[in-house]
Amino acid sequence: MLWYTGKRLLQMIPVFFGATFLIYFMVFSLPGDPIAALYGDRTPSPGVIAQIRAQYYLDQPLLVQYFHYMVGFLQGDLGTTYSGRPVADVMASAFPVTARLAMLALLFEAVAGILVGLIAGLRKGKFFDTSALVVSLLLISVPTFVIGFVMQFVFGVQLGWARTTVSGEAPLNELILPALVLASVSFAYIVRLTRASVSDNLNADFVRTATAKGLSRPRVVTVHVLRNSLVPVVTFLGVDLGSLMVGAIVTEGIFNINGVGGTVYKAIKLGEGPTVVSFIAVMVVIFVLANLLVDLLYAALDPRIRYAK
Amino acid sequence: MTQLANEDLYQTVPESTRPLLEIRDLEVGFQTQHGLVPAVRGVSLTLHEGQTLAIVGESGSGKTTTAQAIINLLAGTGKVTAGEILFEGRDLTKLSAKEIQDVRGRLIGYVPQDPMSNLNPVWNIGYQVEEAIKANNVAQGKEARKRTIEVLQEAGLSDAADRLKQYPHQFSGGMRQRVLIGIGLSARPKLLIADEPTSALDVTVQRQILDHLATLTRDYGTSVLFITHDLGLAAERAEQLVVMYKGKIVESGPSKEILANPQHPYTQRLVAAAPSLASRRIQAKKNPQADAEKIYSEGSLDTGLIARASRRESAAPDRDLISVQGVTKVYRIRKGGFRSDELLAVNDVSFGVKKGTTTAIVGESGSGKSTVAKLILQLEGITSGKIEFDGQDVAGLKGAELLKFRRRVQPVFQDPYGSLDPQYNVGNTIAEPLLAHKVGTAKERQARVLELLDQVSLPSATRFRYPSELSGGQRQRIAVARALALKPDVLVLDEAVSALDVLVQGQILNLLTELQAELDLTYLFITHDLAVVRLVADNVCVMKKGQIVEAATTDEVFDNPRELYTQELLSAIPGGNFEFGR
Repeated sequence: MLWYTGKRLLQMIPVFFGATFLIYFMVFSLPGDPIAALYGDRTPSPGVIAQIRAQYYLDQPLLVQYFHYMVGFLQGDLGTTYSGRPVADVMASAFPVTARLAMLALLFEAVAGILVGLIAGLRKGKFFDTSALVVSLLLISVPTFVIGFVMQFVFGVQLGWARTTVSGEAPLNELILPALVLASVSFAYIVRLTRASVSDNLNADFVRTATAKGLSRPRVVTVHVLRNSLVPVVTFLGVDLGSLMVGAIVTEGIFNINGVGGTVYKAIKLGEGPTVVSFIAVMVVIFVLANLLVDLLYAALDPRIRYAK
Repeated sequence: MTQLANEDLYQTVPESTRPLLEIRDLEVGFQTQHGLVPAVRGVSLTLHEGQTLAIVGESGSGKTTTAQAIINLLAGTGKVTAGEILFEGRDLTKLSAKEIQDVRGRLIGYVPQDPMSNLNPVWNIGYQVEEAIKANNVAQGKEARKRTIEVLQEAGLSDAADRLKQYPHQFSGGMRQRVLIGIGLSARPKLLIADEPTSALDVTVQRQILDHLATLTRDYGTSVLFITHDLGLAAERAEQLVVMYKGKIVESGPSKEILANPQHPYTQRLVAAAPSLASRRIQAKKNPQADAEKIYSEGSLDTGLIARASRRESAAPDRDLISVQGVTKVYRIRKGGFRSDELLAVNDVSFGVKKGTTTAIVGESGSGKSTVAKLILQLEGITSGKIEFDGQDVAGLKGAELLKFRRRVQPVFQDPYGSLDPQYNVGNTIAEPLLAHKVGTAKERQARVLELLDQVSLPSATRFRYPSELSGGQRQRIAVARALALKPDVLVLDEAVSALDVLVQGQILNLLTELQAELDLTYLFITHDLAVVRLVADNVCVMKKGQIVEAATTDEVFDNPRELYTQELLSAIPGGNFEFGR
């Protein structure tokens, strides 16, 4: 298992360089001059332009630019935004906010989703099950921004239970509402996944055998149905963790959260190469780690999966 | 008909003691969209302490449903609609969920059918056994762990202490079944329900496990309710027999009486079709002391097969159609990194098959018999040696040559559920090989499909139906029809009848025999079931661990098995010990 983990971590290296170079290449092939974008309507003097170009290696071929960038990146120098703020600073403010939001959303969808899915699976065809299916279908089909605005209006404006927008520090209690919105779609998928998995496993031979052993119903359900049903759910949660961590542009936009999604969006619009590439590099690492976590959890839940050394 | 003189047949049982289990007019139904579908229709049976009773019937006869109704293990929509199940005088159908939970495991143990799917794959063996011990309050804490090891050792796992932490997938089928038997008997129940406990296992393993089960239940004085589709097995293992058909009991009584003198037409057919018994009959027929008259009076379904078996001394053509010479197959098993282990699946195997004959390759799982089939079919390449078909070396065949070879050698596989595409209707399934080999026009192919359906005795309307609408036997007929579509010379039948009920099995074997005579086919019959071999094969190769340990004509193998291994296989045929017709 240790060897397997090491191998997977080593595999991250080519993925990391491949993904960052691709992004670097794409950002710099975008039409538009970043310096012009930076100065907006004003036109800087040719001397200033030349100076900025030299400072950011913009006058060099792409590969050289990438090389210089990577050398800096690996030394911990992520470069500066065109406005002069270090990219590391931007990250330090954006990632913790997104991480809090992501963890909260993940907690909501996992706990509520598995619970609702389990009950629905146990009562297949009954009222609870049908309602859960209808609600989850609704959550999947309605776009996130609609759910976001509705919840913002109902809980923020009408009931006044929560702030409609999140303040700069983004404390946990203010993130509850956005996290619920962010979790809503995944919650619906988890309900359906758990429900299907539970109702499949309920009919499994080993569940009947467990009953025949004389075990109580709660024990049969928790020990023999639930654990077996969690394998596909955990896979989904792991992939979702990755996508939650790299930010949610729509939700962050609605609640005015300064998280990763919004920052990257702005950086792409401005054509800020170093910012975009640095963020993407970190996202790639997060994604690969989340996938590794899923695979390890997978093996922990199902002993038949043992990775070759 | 249902009650069929129960009282008469049970006269041998002393009336003084109250029966352990008494089922009276039990009716079980399953709720469906079309209303309540009855599965068990008025079943009554009695089981006394220390006795063994077997319920025999084909799939769908209601035998398993009856057994599961006793401890209310019925699947979701099933429920007892009438009758009572008296266990020590208590009606189990009237118990609350909590009360029946107390009966399960502690008073009535249960050994399920398929060892592969009946242990939870995510918990280790020790946990799953200990759980049963704790739930039935046999022991708790450290004591429970000790008892777990005892239980498993009693069930025949001598190294139980070291294997507690292992998971089901690390155990063989036979070992898993021992674990399940251990669980079933862990609380020393008064009654053990054993639902086809060995039908998924090799014959020799089956024998060991049933012997062991018999010893254990005798030592503990446990009564056994045995569910099986194999009449030979039932007769050998139980004093009392109950034959079920379409949810009803058609016949019941002492095993020997029923086998010697079956009354109901269905029982007569079952007795006639059971390969284990039919092969005994062939044996008996050859023995001049046996009462041949009596043997034949029992049914006619297999007389064709028996007649064929006695015609074996046919004039064989001179040349081998298939000639396997010193064939070896080595698999590489990746061990991670660059290392790999070699597995010698087939080791220096040689044999020949003459045109128009049937050669059986027999062995337990893992003996390499299926690999030999794959090698002959050219589905896998050989490592060394030579396979000749009709005088031509087939190893290097490519392109058009290989296609031509495939037209002449066709396979039929074991699982009639897995080997037909559920999205293709029957007509398309049968026509597919014709299409693949670009044979004839659409109209001609259509005509050929009809002809083939006729050959396998299916109505022509079957061509519009889908596999899910057909029974296992019908599907296997379609698999045979598909294999015959290209007018091949050779059919490779890999466990082609193993998954079927006895009656259906008998029908398919008859069909194959007829087709062989009609079309001059050559069969290579891969099977673990020696009883079937006895019925259809001219020559037998017995395989063990990748090697052929014995090869001879069927009669020689059955009359004078030279190898110890062959003798073991032969004695493991269920019903083999049963003194027939006495």
